[in-house]
Formats: sequence, C-alpha cells, structure tokens
Amino acid sequence: MSVLRPQDQLPGLNAATILLVGKEDALLQRLADSMLREDCASSLKVHLAHSLPLPSDVNRPRIDLIVFVINLHSKYSLQNVEESLRHVDATFFLGKVGFLVTGAGRDSHCSVHRSTVLKLARAYRSPLLFCDLEVEGFRVSMAQRLVRMLQVCAGHVPGVSALSLLSLLRSSENPCLEDL
Amino acid sequence: MDEIVAEFVKRTILKIPMAEMTTILKAWDFLSENQLQTINFRKRKESLVHDLVMLCEEKHASVNDAALLDIIYTQFHQHQKIWDVFQMTKEPGEDIDLFDMKQFKSSFKKILQRALKNVSVTFRDTEENAVWIRIAWGTQYKKPNQYKPTYVVYYSQTPYVFISSSRLRSSIPLLGQALTVASKHHRIVKMDFRSRYLDSLKAIVFKQYNQTFETHNASTPLQERNLELDINMDSRIIHENIIEKDRVQRVTQEIFGDSPQPRLEFAQYKLETKFKSDLNRGILAERKEPLRCLVKFSSPNLLEALKSLAPAGIADAPLSPLLTCIPQKRMNYFKIKDK
Repeated sequence: MSVLRPQDQLPGLNAATILLVGKEDALLQRLADSMLREDCASSLKVHLAHSLPLPSDVNRPRIDLIVFVINLHSKYSLQNVEESLRHVDATFFLGKVGFLVTGAGRDSHCSVHRSTVLKLARAYRSPLLFCDLEVEGFRVSMAQRLVRMLQVCAGHVPGVSALSLLSLLRSSENPCLEDL
Repeated sequence: MDEIVAEFVKRTILKIPMAEMTTILKAWDFLSENQLQTINFRKRKESLVHDLVMLCEEKHASVNDAALLDIIYTQFHQHQKIWDVFQMTKEPGEDIDLFDMKQFKSSFKKILQRALKNVSVTFRDTEENAVWIRIAWGTQYKKPNQYKPTYVVYYSQTPYVFISSSRLRSSIPLLGQALTVASKHHRIVKMDFRSRYLDSLKAIVFKQYNQTFETHNASTPLQERNLELDINMDSRIIHENIIEKDRVQRVTQEIFGDSPQPRLEFAQYKLETKFKSDLNRGILAERKEPLRCLVKFSSPNLLEALKSLAPAGIADAPLSPLLTCIPQKRMNYFKIKDK
C-alpha cells in the first residue's frame, strides 16, 4: 500500500509508534535517541524514513504520529517532504501529523523561507514546531514534547484525543481567519 | 655583501617563524654547525636575525644563497602560494630522449638570460626526480625584483609542471618557452587546475591516491556494516530505508573510494547557458543570449565535503558528474556552454 492510513491496523498493547520523515539521518537519529531517553509509561517505537512511500513488504506496527522534518538550510529537504506528503491519507491530518523545522537559528544559511513552511503547515492544518535539532538542550525539550504528543495520538492519555489536541494547539497560535 | 643582498638576506630570514628557524637553517646548510652554535636562539627575533645576517656577511652570502633559503622557506610553506598545473607535450614523432638534469638547468637558465638581461634563477633538487626553480624577474634596465619571484616545480619524469601564480602575467609565455625548450618538449598548456595544496594537486595529477578497488565479495562488507548498526542502536529505532542508505553508501564509495580525498579549496563553474526555468516564462526565459553566471564552491576540503553530501542526506546519490569528475579530469575551473 503506498498510502499511509491511520486505522489500517489494530493498535498494539500499550504501544506508541512515531514515524520521523526526513532526509538528514544524523539529525533524526539524535532526535530519536533523545525521545527514547524520556520516561514514558507507553512502550515507544521510533521509525526513521527518508521519504514516503515506505517499503511495502515490511511488517510494521500502527503509526500513531508522523513528524515531517524540514531543514531550512536545504531546499532539497523541503522538496522531499512535499513529495512525501502525497502518500499520506487525508485522515491522518486530523491531529496525527506534525511538521518540525530545524535550522531557523542560523539565518544566513537558510535557503527556505519561514513563510514557506508556515504556508505548508497551514495548508495541511497541522502543527508547526520549530527546534534547532543540533543543540542538545532544545532537542531534549522538543523530544519531551513529541513524546507527550505521541502518547495523546496513541490514545494513552484519557480524555484527550489527537483531534482535541490539534484544536488546542491551534488556538494558542494566531487564529487564521482566512482559513475559515 | 652589498646593501641589496644584505636586505634580501635579512627579509628572508625574518619571514621564518621562530619554531622553524633551526630546521630551515639546517636544511639550508650555508652556515656551519660551529657558527650556528654561537647563536643564542632564545633571543628576541629582531636581534637573532641581526646576528644571523652578521654570520652570513662573514661567509659572503650571495644572492644565490639567499634565493636558496627562500626556496626552502617556500617548500615549508607551500600553501602560501596558489599553484597552477601545466602540461607539456611532445610532437608525435619525436624521440624520447633520456632526461639530463644538468643540461636542462643550464639550458633553462641560458634561455631566460638571453631574453632578459636581468633575471636570477636558482635550482634546488628534491626527491622523486623533481626540481624547484626560483625565478626573480628583472628587465633590460632593472635589476631582478627578489620580492616577487615565481616558483616552478618540475617533475622531470613526467610532463607536468607546477607554477606559483603571480601577478606578472608577462613573464608566463617566456617561462613556458624556456621550460619546453630546455626539457625538449613542444608545447606547454595551462590546465584549468589550481589550488594552494601542491601535494593534493600532485596526488590527483599523478593518480597517487587510492580510488576504487574491485572486490568480488562486495556483499559481505554490507552485512558486516548492518550488524554493526544493530549493535550500537536502540532496538526501538527502526530505519525504514536501510536498503536506500546502503545504496547511497555504495555509490559514494564507488565514486570517491575509501581513502581520504586530496585537498582542494574550490571549484568554479562559468556558465554560459540559456536560462531554463520550470515556472512560467519570465523575462529571463525569453532571452536568446546565454545567461552568464559564475558558480563557485568553496570548502576547507572540497572533495571530502562532496563525498559527505549524499550520506548526510543533503543531495541525491549519485552526485552530478560535473562535481565528481574533478579528480578524473584534473580540472577545477570549468566553462559550461549549451551543446
């Protein structure tokens, strides 16, 4: 199946799986390490992929949250994410997708404009997170945030669903009247 | 020693950093052991230099001796100059004569001295049948300027010459002529290959660094690498694209080889191609003339940087042949035109 669908499989017991999509392996690996160091009641799994579609012959658990990682220093990483988005089913975008942008700190190295990723996140109605993944402190706090989001998306937090989390996140940013 | 020579000796010694002073003076071999022992090398540089110049005066140092010291200094500090690579060719029918170093040197010197009355030429032999030549240029009426010399490194068993680039453009044709005639070649051509790192230029031109070896058991290294990855990584992290990663590693290794890359600092592409755009026609797309633009890649180690692009996920593998052909073509200045 070349399109990822959220309800394709039954959930595993106490399992929460996140898929990080991005071309720069080293950054994804470090983020994955930071996430797995967090104390978490759920049993976490992190899948790292360069791009979508994923290889189809593999047995994998249900994916609860997809985070697309874009490096502002590289147009190539933006292109990669834009192409990968086509292989995600629309129902995933009800709170189970997020965009993570790195590299905003070094403005002189940026070849992708911030407004481009803002537009992308708005078009897909998904949260946009900024974090410089190369700095350990920022990466650790982002990892904590992602672990909490993942637990919500996997349904492990009673009373909060992915969709309600999404609407909570949106109202804390600028309400976009043009979306209505 | 007249004033000019004394000044030249003093300025040359002054260039040498204190840490290298004894090494370079020993390599120069002009001042004897006894003389060097009378010097206190712990003094401040100015007075040390003064003492050394006095010793040179005692031994009647000539321009040639000072020029030799200058060559040795430059050999220790090769990266302070930018080196161009030139290639000499013989006529197709010519005999291959045995190379005679003495005859080359005297012939080279004679040709330059016949053309310009005032020119000072100094030679220093090094290993690998190479000779370093230092030329200080003058004119019919002016004495040679010792502070803007040109250095030539000629590997006599090869048709390649490395010349330090200098502002004195007018001297290059004469230098080329002297080199070709003295070494019994027919033509000399400047290759578009330039760098500060003479060793790297040599390694690429003489193909002295390991490129790729054909291995029949190409599958086993791959499996070993996979095992290594599994041991180091948390088993809760799953790489979806292992096959793709391996392919990228393999392609990169095929193109660049395993050993460290020779060091170049830039590659420059002069484009004279028509503007091509994916978007709707703009003003630029309608132009008939080529759009002239210059793209320059700089790096502390350009080839290593290119090698790491695909594994780091910043570019697709294989890289554009325009980038990977640099060692094969022995060029880092390109002119690209539409076909």
